[in-house]
Amino acid sequence: MKLQGRAWKFGPDVDTDAIIPARYLNTSDPAELAEHCMEDAEPSFPPAFQNGDIFVAGKNFGCGSSREHAPIAIKAAGVSCVIARTFARIFYRNAFNIGLPIFESPEAAEDVREGDKLAVDACSGIITNLTTGRKYKSAPVPPFMQEIIAAGGLINHVSNRLKDKE
Amino acid sequence: MPMTITEKILAAHAGRDRVVPGELINARVDLVLGNDITAPVAIKEFNKIGATDVFDRQRIALVPDHFTPNKDIKSAEQSKIVRDFAGKHQIVNYFDVGRMGIEHCLLPEQGLVGPGDLVIGADSHTCTYGALGAFSTGMGSTDIAAAMALGETWLKVPESLKFVFAGELKPWVGGKDLILRVIGDIGVDGALYRAMEFTGPTIENLSMDGRFTMCNMAVEAGAKNGIIPPDEITRAYVEGRCRRPCEFYRSDPDAEYVKVFKYDASKIEPQVAFPHLPENSRAVSEAGHVEIDQSVIGSCTNGRIEDLRDAAKVLQGKKVHKNVRLIILPGTQDIYLQALGEGLIETFVRAGAAVSTPTCGPCLGGHMGILAGGERCIATTNRNFAGRMGHTESEIYLSNPAVAAASAILGRIAGPWEVE
Repeated sequence: MKLQGRAWKFGPDVDTDAIIPARYLNTSDPAELAEHCMEDAEPSFPPAFQNGDIFVAGKNFGCGSSREHAPIAIKAAGVSCVIARTFARIFYRNAFNIGLPIFESPEAAEDVREGDKLAVDACSGIITNLTTGRKYKSAPVPPFMQEIIAAGGLINHVSNRLKDKE
Repeated sequence: MPMTITEKILAAHAGRDRVVPGELINARVDLVLGNDITAPVAIKEFNKIGATDVFDRQRIALVPDHFTPNKDIKSAEQSKIVRDFAGKHQIVNYFDVGRMGIEHCLLPEQGLVGPGDLVIGADSHTCTYGALGAFSTGMGSTDIAAAMALGETWLKVPESLKFVFAGELKPWVGGKDLILRVIGDIGVDGALYRAMEFTGPTIENLSMDGRFTMCNMAVEAGAKNGIIPPDEITRAYVEGRCRRPCEFYRSDPDAEYVKVFKYDASKIEPQVAFPHLPENSRAVSEAGHVEIDQSVIGSCTNGRIEDLRDAAKVLQGKKVHKNVRLIILPGTQDIYLQALGEGLIETFVRAGAAVSTPTCGPCLGGHMGILAGGERCIATTNRNFAGRMGHTESEIYLSNPAVAAASAILGRIAGPWEVE
């Protein structure tokens, strides 16, 4: 899978309240959540997210609450993947479970500038900065997470397991 | 092969003799939790799995507590999804308005979690139950949906950090101050993906309520779980509550930790965490002059009976400052009743506080005390992220209940000794 888009830069410790404020959690509709994605984190809100755009952030992206609404909102906003120095653990799980690709890459988090064009090879984890020509490595996706991705998300994975049990 | 308490509980639930950090395991779960925000998403995913029923209707807890009593039509619709699902699947532990409480106050109180259990919940503060010597952690809705169908979940065995506290606590210092100090020292990702084990003579003398507060905020350091070795204090709490058999695990003396932190607890002062991260903690005596507009006492962090007693001790015979709104939220109906019986509620109302039915409400900016732009609030809650309680230009300061009460009286961040 190849992902390509413009970079939106965010700082460290972007919390889930910033990704999708709790005042909008009275719905679980992805399209509605997407309208408020990064409302409290992006100074230029409402941002002109284009399909395929990529979030690039510092350490501990997605810290705070367990709300799956956070990766759902990002995905529904058309963002193709998130690159960060590190991810908070519940966000990390949630992203895989709902099929939002994420990559841990301190190099990219450091070097990429807002608006750079990026291309990500999801299999190798190599991130290419098409604006500067630089390449960055990302941490390999653990084999178990690859299984979840291959199954098409956790729900399909569990469905298959339930069928095996019968 | 020595193991930590976290590793022992995970091994037992994976049907294994031992596990090591970094290993992926499939583990049986004792209880699965969801609330009115996370359960509707979980239910939608559950219905996609193709399971005809939940794995065990006794081992699922559904607690609508975030936007309840429902604040608007949309949140009422979300709660209805949960109520209908609970009815359809005859979920035993469904707690509606009037019988409910804040989930992490309620489940231990109702005896639904005990030492040695493995609990997962679609709420980040599910880590609270580590106070009972259980492994508990927060996950997202899809993970919860899978666990509701299978009765198991996948986990990566975390490495452990050990925090050893010795020394007698100063007056007005409790679990909240210890955990705020720790987060101040290690940062909001200082325990990322890891277990935080709290031990030592100070913890052995800490009440259950103080222990719940500490483990509750483990996630604010990025931890997977917080845990305290269960002892006689734990036993006294669970006796007569827990209906399932409990297992009291302890870490082996030579178990491995990534790092051990030692604290002289007698030197820790009441803490306050400045905006906009819980790691910005400092002693209340070093807070300077910070005027406040609102004070909130409650939440899954500090909404238990001891918290209310501490607040009442400070508020007894005093009045809330004319520029401050003090909002107090008992954690559960039982805590509310106990506070009524002890006269605490009367103390609060006479002092000029608003006392609410149990709800997460203002903690996450849901309802019952939203902040306007430029307003400042001191709160006994767990997160002071920008905009968490309302306007993005409002400010939240985290503290223990006595400090929040004293601040409400004086109209500025203050220690309880200033109103004695």
